[in-house]
Amino acid sequence: MRTPKKPKLAVFKLASCDGCQLSLLDCEDELLAVAGAVEIAYFLEASSRIVKAPYDLTLVEGSITTAHDAERLQQIRKMSKKLITIGACATAGGIQALRNFADVAEYARVVYARPEYLSTLATSTAVAAHVPVDFELRGCPVSKAQLLEVLNAFLNGRPPRIGSHSVCLDCKRKGTVCVMVAHGTPCLGPVTHSGCDALCPSYTRGCFGCFGPSASAHPSALRPALTRLGKTDAEVARLYATFNAAAPTFAAEHQALAPKKGPAA
Amino acid sequence: MDIWSLPRSRLGELIALLRARGYDVVGPTPRDGAIVYDSIESDAELPVGLGDEQSPGQYRVVPRDDGAVFGFAAGPGSFKRAFHVPEERLYRVQREGKTLRFVPEPVAPRKVALLGARGCDLSALRVLDRVLEGDRYRDERYAARRSEVLLIAVHCGSPSSTCFCSSMGTGPRAGGPWDLALTELTSGEHRFVVETGSPIGLALVRELGLLTASTLDKIHAAKVPVVAAQRITRRLEADGLGARLAKNLDHPRFAQVAERCLACANCTQVCPTCFCTTIEDFTDLDGAGAERRRRWDSCFNPEFSYIHGGPVRPSTRARYRQWMTHKLSSWHEQFGSSGCVGCGRCITWCPVGIDITEEARAIASAGTSEKAT
Ligand code: SF4
Ligand code: SF4
Repeated sequence: MRTPKKPKLAVFKLASCDGCQLSLLDCEDELLAVAGAVEIAYFLEASSRIVKAPYDLTLVEGSITTAHDAERLQQIRKMSKKLITIGACATAGGIQALRNFADVAEYARVVYARPEYLSTLATSTAVAAHVPVDFELRGCPVSKAQLLEVLNAFLNGRPPRIGSHSVCLDCKRKGTVCVMVAHGTPCLGPVTHSGCDALCPSYTRGCFGCFGPSASAHPSALRPALTRLGKTDAEVARLYATFNAAAPTFAAEHQALAPKKGPAA
Repeated sequence: MDIWSLPRSRLGELIALLRARGYDVVGPTPRDGAIVYDSIESDAELPVGLGDEQSPGQYRVVPRDDGAVFGFAAGPGSFKRAFHVPEERLYRVQREGKTLRFVPEPVAPRKVALLGARGCDLSALRVLDRVLEGDRYRDERYAARRSEVLLIAVHCGSPSSTCFCSSMGTGPRAGGPWDLALTELTSGEHRFVVETGSPIGLALVRELGLLTASTLDKIHAAKVPVVAAQRITRRLEADGLGARLAKNLDHPRFAQVAERCLACANCTQVCPTCFCTTIEDFTDLDGAGAERRRRWDSCFNPEFSYIHGGPVRPSTRARYRQWMTHKLSSWHEQFGSSGCVGCGRCITWCPVGIDITEEARAIASAGTSEKAT
C-alpha cells in the first residue's frame, strides 16, 4: 500500500481560459476518489484554502505571455517536485500564440481602447520553453479520461499511458468510417495527436487538431489531399493556425502556406 | 456435388435459420457512407441496391439499379474485427493482503456466421489463422473466437478499381473451404446459385428445402467471377516479388514514398491481415488493482518500435519499408505465404492514395540494389 501521507496537489493557471482546470472539476464520478487520494493544496478554481509549498504534483495550465508569469513560473517550478503541463496553451502556447506570427503592438491597437495599459510579451510560449516539465498533456481542452490517467499514473508511480499516435488509429479502432476518404470532408486526423478518442469524426466532422501534432505528423504530405478536397493554400494554413498554431510542426505548415502578410488567421 | 437455387426473396430465411441455430450473423451493412461488416438480424440490413466506387484515397457508396445485395467490393472493415478484436482486457490483478490474485478475462463463447465473405476475405482469415493459430505464437483468445465459425462465401462479381485479388490468387472466385458459397444473379428472377462445401452447409440447404439450380443458372453463375476477373486492372507481379524486394531495401523509392506518407497508420488498420497490438497496463486509482489491456497498434506508430533510447524504426522511410516488405517479402519466410491478399483496402483508405502495387513494382523492378541518397 502507499504511504499514508497524501501527496500534495497544486493547480496553477497562466494565460488560459480555465477550461483545462475545469476538466478536473468535471470528473464528477472520480473527483471524490481523486480528492481522497491527494491533498488539494493549491487550486483556486476549486477552493480558496492554500497549503504551503512544496507540492508533490503541480498541474500548470496556460502559456507564458507576460514577464510576470515567466517569473512566477520559475517559482512554481521550484515549489514543485513533479510538474505536469495541461492543455494546448501550456504545451504549445495556445490560440494566443497567433501573436507569434504577427505584430503584437498592432493587435493591441486594434483591440484595446488604451493599449498603453497593456504589459505583454511579443510571444506566447509553452511552459516547457521556460522550465523543465515532467509530462505534457495535450488538448484544447485536455480529455477528462487522460487527466485522470495522468493523476492515476503519478499516484501509482508508473508512466502515464498516453499515446502520441494519430487520431486515425483511434478512428479505426472504434470502427469510425473515415470522413475524408468516404465523405470528402477535410480532416486533420492524420497529423493530429490522439487524446480525444476521435471525437469529431465519430460525429462525421473533420478533426480540428485540438491535440496538436502527432509524434509522426507530416502536414506537408496531407496538403495534396486537402487541396483535392477544394481547400486553397490560405485555407489549409488557417486549419493549422488555431489552438496549436505555435507547435513547431503546425507552425511550419501554416507559415509555408499563409498569404505573405500578417498571421495566417 | 449438387448446386442449388435460393430465390432472393428467401435470403431472409437463411439469415433467420442461422440465427435460430444460435449463430451471430456478421455481414455487410451500410453505415455512415460505407458498407461495413457488423452483426445483422435480417436481410433488410444488407446493402440492398448499393455498390461502391473506389480509387486511391477515395470511396463512395453508389446506388445500383439491379437491386443487388452483394454488389460492392471490400469496404473499410474486415472480418478481422470479429476475431482479432480492436481492444480487450486480458486480465485483472487484485491485491489480496500480501499476495496478488490474477483473474483472466474469459472469452465469451460465440457462434459466428460470416455472410458474404469474398475470396480476399477468406484468404485473409487463413493468413491470420496461420499467424495467430500457428504453433509458434498461438493466441488462445483468437483461437477461441475462431472456433465456431460458419463461412458463407460470395463469389465476387463487383470488384473495385483498387482490387488486385486476381494477381494474388485469392479471388474473385472464393476459394474454399467454406460451408456455403453464393453467386448472385440479378438478371431475370433475382436469385443466388448456392454451392455446399460441408455437412453443415448441406444441412442448411436441406432445411431450407432448396431446389437444385438449372443447368443454365450454373453456367451463368460460373461466369460471374470470370467476368469480374476481366474487369480487374490493378496487378501485382507476385512471382518472386519477395526476393526482389529483399534485394532492394536501400532503393531510393522508399525515401520518396516517405515524403508522401502521413505515417497515419490507416493502411495497417484496414488491412485484413495486419495483426500488431500493444499491451497496456492500467492501475486502479487507489492502487488496489490493475489490469492489462491489448489494443490494435501499428508499425507506423513511432511508439510501436520504441525501446529504451528511442524507436527501432525512427523514420517514416523505415516504417513504410517495414510494413511493405513484411507484407510482401518476409511474411513468406515467417508464415509461409504472402501477407497481402490483394483486397486493395490500404490503397482506397490511405488518405493520400499511396498504392502498394505501384510502390512494390517500382522497388522490385530495379535490377540491382541502389543506394539511398
Ligand atoms: S501509406 Fe497511407 S495510410 Fe499508410 S501510413 Fe502512409 S499515408 Fe497513412
Ligand atoms: S496490404 Fe493492402 S491490399 Fe494487401 S491485404 Fe493488406 S490492405 Fe489488402
